[in-house]
Amino acid sequence: MEAHRQFDFRNQHYVGQEGRLIPLLQKAQETDGYLTRDRILEIHRETGIPLSNIYGVATFYAQFRMTPVGKNLIRVCHGTACHVAGAKDIGEAIEETLQISNGGTTADRLFTLETVSCIGCCSLAPVIMINNDTYGNLSERQVKKVVKQVQAAGAAGKGGRA
Amino acid sequence: MKVLVGLGTCGIAAGAERTYQALVDRRAANGSSFSLAKTGCIGMCYREPIVEFRHPDGRRYQYGNVTPDKLDRLFSEHVEGGRPVGEWLLWSDDGTGSEQAYYAQQTRIVLRNCGIIDPESIEDYLAVGGYQALGQVLQQNKPDDLIAAIIQSGLRGRGGAGFSTGMKWRFTRMAKGDHKYVICNADEGDPGAFMDRSVLESDPHSVLEGMAIAAFAIGADAGYIYCRAEYPKAIERLTRAMQQAEAAGWLGQDIGKRGFSFSIRLKEGAGAFVCGEETALIASIEGKRGMPRVRPPFPAVKGLWGCPTCINNVETLANIPWIVQKGAAAFAALGTKGSKGTKVFAMAGKIQRGGLVEVPMGISIRQIVFGVCGGIKEGRKLKAVQMGGPSGGCIPFELQDTVIDYESITKTGAIMGSGGLVVMDDTTCMVDVARFFLDFTQRESCGKCTFCRVGTKRMLEILTRACEGKSREGDIERLEELAVRVKNNSLCGLGQTAPNPVLTTLKYFRSEYEAHVNNRKCPAHKCGPLLTYSITDACAGCLLCIKACSVGAITGERKRKHVLDPSKCNRCGQCYKVCNVSGAISVD
Repeated sequence: MEAHRQFDFRNQHYVGQEGRLIPLLQKAQETDGYLTRDRILEIHRETGIPLSNIYGVATFYAQFRMTPVGKNLIRVCHGTACHVAGAKDIGEAIEETLQISNGGTTADRLFTLETVSCIGCCSLAPVIMINNDTYGNLSERQVKKVVKQVQAAGAAGKGGRA
Repeated sequence: MKVLVGLGTCGIAAGAERTYQALVDRRAANGSSFSLAKTGCIGMCYREPIVEFRHPDGRRYQYGNVTPDKLDRLFSEHVEGGRPVGEWLLWSDDGTGSEQAYYAQQTRIVLRNCGIIDPESIEDYLAVGGYQALGQVLQQNKPDDLIAAIIQSGLRGRGGAGFSTGMKWRFTRMAKGDHKYVICNADEGDPGAFMDRSVLESDPHSVLEGMAIAAFAIGADAGYIYCRAEYPKAIERLTRAMQQAEAAGWLGQDIGKRGFSFSIRLKEGAGAFVCGEETALIASIEGKRGMPRVRPPFPAVKGLWGCPTCINNVETLANIPWIVQKGAAAFAALGTKGSKGTKVFAMAGKIQRGGLVEVPMGISIRQIVFGVCGGIKEGRKLKAVQMGGPSGGCIPFELQDTVIDYESITKTGAIMGSGGLVVMDDTTCMVDVARFFLDFTQRESCGKCTFCRVGTKRMLEILTRACEGKSREGDIERLEELAVRVKNNSLCGLGQTAPNPVLTTLKYFRSEYEAHVNNRKCPAHKCGPLLTYSITDACAGCLLCIKACSVGAITGERKRKHVLDPSKCNRCGQCYKVCNVSGAISVD
């Protein structure tokens, strides 16, 4: 609950503004890693926004997660250019290496695997992002190597051409 | 000597930060024999990291793939010896370099400062004439003349639909309301398009200036930038640019001491493609689910919180300062009868030179693909180009002489869209491409209209069946019928255009659909479940494929031709992938 205390949203400048719900949820997710039930109830109590509205918004947008994520978030780009360049094989290679399916989290909570529509690095296709680092021009073998490196380090390294 | 490193997202992904750090270290070690600066996207994403050497007399030399280990040679030969390193040189203004053709056919208006200035420095932007256009319109104080000039320039919205920007401004100006808003649509959701990200990362001030000019023209006092959360670098640079512009008095209260006030707030999107549609975008800023509503009333009359609102795309706004400074006639001189100015294309896919190009309207697809971008990778054959993302369509090889303007592109069944241009070669399966886009639109449908919500799902099922060899009779006709209905019975652009990828591929590549549905074959050898593998006489008997086969379908001994039992084969393709002998495993 330590992280919970860090985020006192009465101090957030969004409070009292129109259209504040999405920034509040974004801030909550940034602090907690995902949207906890406690936090949603807290936002409801403090702002008076009906719970149904909060859940409606939270489930509409792809960004919001209702389950915890692993320490490292792997995002496999499935944009047009990456698709044509074999993003499916890249995703499967990661699934095979980590033994999880898309959207899943490893048992040791080190990795969560997600697919995204487009990261916007189309000329480096196929691309993946591990946390905020982008890796481009990947082959199946290279992507396995990258994931294993991060696995060994226990934390994400710097971005780069794998 | 000034050394610039391109630090857009593409550059960083290719390792530009390591190069930059190596330059910082070099500078610290050798004393400051050169000055170092960051810049945005230079455009040649395929050669990142890119480093530019800018001489005090203005000569410029751009080098590609500059990893830290190349710096020693660059410095000893170019800086100390005064001899440019020909083999790595991409472009120089003295006419040398391997990529001259890339620049030669481009006209840079939107990208005029990209890769030239430091996006994190307002001084750099001011030095190239930044905020002069805003100063000029405030001094003239004739918003109606300004709008007339924008109409005269022929600028049309670059977000996709191509509505006249000046007309949009006029409608918003004429609408009655206490408050008016300007919104910059930076929710670039089309997979395959990244020009807005590049402009925001490389030249954020030009977008802010464009917004301020728009606000002055329509009488708005507040603005929003709605930017995708997937673009962290763009958000970071925009935030910094907004702070700088406020500190310098180009945003905020009483701008330029002319009594005009305008403030901008940045809203991060939360990952919904439909929020690129203007009424959905407004709902999202208001903190609701991003679902479109019926128009009219158009946002120009009743938009954000019920107030008249003008929504323009990033690229549109970046054009504005240039038009104000150089005049409407200069802009209208470029392009075709109905489409003026330039268009930025994000080139991706199986192309030699992938990156950002800005070309005048009226250039043909062939000129962009082969002239500017050097043709297809690995010398393969062009099959189609995909324009306009999930709302667009595939333009086949035979129509490559189609010129780039709104009307000609629409005539092919595709749309101009935001300007993503994905090039496909003969290894691309068009049914698979259509399925890819339907998978996307089906997931991103907000669910409001039944035809979009259910229809796209049914279409996806038909396409998935086709790719897996499970098609039923009449699937192509069913697909066509659904496509037309979804198109006609959806409220917003997402649903109305979602069937375009299917309709265009059906129109131009019907034989591929027939092969999938009727013959259970994939001519491009892409759809795994439709392929048949067999071992030919070229087999050297290396046992690799036997080890790779998970179902034990291949048998044989070392140095003897192996045998594949088709009844056991699960068509996973592993044998084909591991085989080192060309032609030993054939695919049909």
